[in-house]
Amino acid sequence: MRNTFVAALTELAERNPNLWLLCGDLGFSVLEHFASRIPERYVNVGVAEQNMAGVAAGIALSGKTVFIYSIGNFSTFRCLEQLRNDVCYHGADVKVVSVGAGFAYGSQGYTHHAIEDVAVMSALPGMEVFVPCDPHEVRTITTAIATSGRPSYLRLSRSGEPVLAGSEAWEPRTPRVLRQGRDVVILASGPIASACLEAAEVLASEMAVGVVSAACLKPLDEGFVRELAGEARAIVTVEEHIARGGLYAAVATCLAAARGRPPVFGLAIPEVAGKISTAGDRDALLARAGLSAAAIAQRIRNAIGGL
Amino acid sequence: MSNTPDVAEFARRIRGHTLRMVHAANASHIGGCLSMADILAVLYARILKNDPARPTDPDRDRFILSKGHATAILYAALAERGFFPVAELATYCKDGSKLTGHISHGVPGVEVSTGSLGHGLPIAVGMAMASKADRRANRIFCVMSDGECDEGSNWEAILFAPHHKLDNLVAVVDFNKLQSFGRVSEVLALEPFADKWRAFGWHAVEIDGHDLERLATTFESVPQARGKPTVVIAHTIKGRGVSFMEDRLEWHYKSPNAAQLAQALAEVGA
Ligand SMILES: [Mg+2]
Repeated sequence: MRNTFVAALTELAERNPNLWLLCGDLGFSVLEHFASRIPERYVNVGVAEQNMAGVAAGIALSGKTVFIYSIGNFSTFRCLEQLRNDVCYHGADVKVVSVGAGFAYGSQGYTHHAIEDVAVMSALPGMEVFVPCDPHEVRTITTAIATSGRPSYLRLSRSGEPVLAGSEAWEPRTPRVLRQGRDVVILASGPIASACLEAAEVLASEMAVGVVSAACLKPLDEGFVRELAGEARAIVTVEEHIARGGLYAAVATCLAAARGRPPVFGLAIPEVAGKISTAGDRDALLARAGLSAAAIAQRIRNAIGGL
Repeated sequence: MSNTPDVAEFARRIRGHTLRMVHAANASHIGGCLSMADILAVLYARILKNDPARPTDPDRDRFILSKGHATAILYAALAERGFFPVAELATYCKDGSKLTGHISHGVPGVEVSTGSLGHGLPIAVGMAMASKADRRANRIFCVMSDGECDEGSNWEAILFAPHHKLDNLVAVVDFNKLQSFGRVSEVLALEPFADKWRAFGWHAVEIDGHDLERLATTFESVPQARGKPTVVIAHTIKGRGVSFMEDRLEWHYKSPNAAQLAQALAEVGA
């Protein structure tokens, strides 16, 4: 994902002389592709995210489009007030890009697990929020936000994520159907959609499970979500994030008042206070959070069985 | 300097507007407005190349008020400079007015909204960087408070600007020695202040922030050191021009009553 993002951004910047990339001294072996081709519009600001966000706003308010890039919690929480005041309040054309979504940093521990970032970014006025599930979505979304003229949040995982469906053109602010199925529809955000596809396959003999990538959490395409809900027995959201303020919250809010709607089950990272991180790779941490493909399948089976 | 009398008159007028505005709105921050009155007068009457008729001219000088609470006096300066009618100053902090208590970019001539401290300098740095990239000859001025130099974000920007040789950037510290809860020296000492900036790579000058001529010649001659951003540490007096407000912490908060207003206006000659 990171490499796809940087490749796409570099192509865009080669055509757009007003496109800049700032990083907070992170992106080794990733950002060099951009930096070597467009050194005059690449700035490693150092380990100083508040300054990075403020500088980005100042450059953007001078007529430029500025991407800022760091690890999940650093490009969001560390400079949150700068994003709120300097970027969003002014409608500055700044794109916040984070890497290491969810448990992507595995054994690195709690400081590197970005699991509340979507909630916080979604709360900022005028901030679009994108959580792509595969490299194809990364490329399409990067291209779209580079010309949107408004603030965006782009949440990336790391590397090696598979392409999950055909690479036909798709409008990045509408959900993308990865697998057809109308009994149960899984709405997923991010690379966890891959586990959802596996779960759907596990359940195939029992029910037809559709999987839809909801890469754009804000603005959520509410018409599309209501239409999906129309015929399904249940909607299931799956996200590599806490449920509060994430995909589950967005979808449940969208459907809450809909007449005759199906139930909405949210599978997310549990909120735990005071629990000390233990080591483990992303798959291990997801399994412990009940978000392995097998666990997702079983939890859907349980949910449907209880209806 | 032939223009100095005009600058003095400008300073008198904006002090008068500010006193009336803060009184009418029962607002705070008169002390920090008056301490930078002379700085603003020199900038707006003499230095800044920003034409109210062309507010989006990319070559305009930028003025960023980072001490966004000291807002009445900047609105007054903008009105006197012709960005909007002086009569509109009477709506300051009134229901529905765009003249909010912390500086708002909804007001003509205001580049950015601030109010939370430590935001202005990084934004100014970004603007300076963009101007350099576009090979523009304009300059970026950022007025900061002494108290906000406690903020780490400022020191990130102070470290960054010389590294990128932003000599089109001028930080002006309204060093009135008081912050919201007491003397700067007692709350969190900044001295040796100029040495800190110099150690970070800035060209630092210390001047009397109420000496109109010295302010003008200083701002005119920036950059004095090629490749270095400039900081003007302006030694000022909080509440300057009104005897009972000068160097008094409570005028960070209080609003003058009618009798105090009359005396204050008489003292500033407005
Ligand atoms: Mg002060």
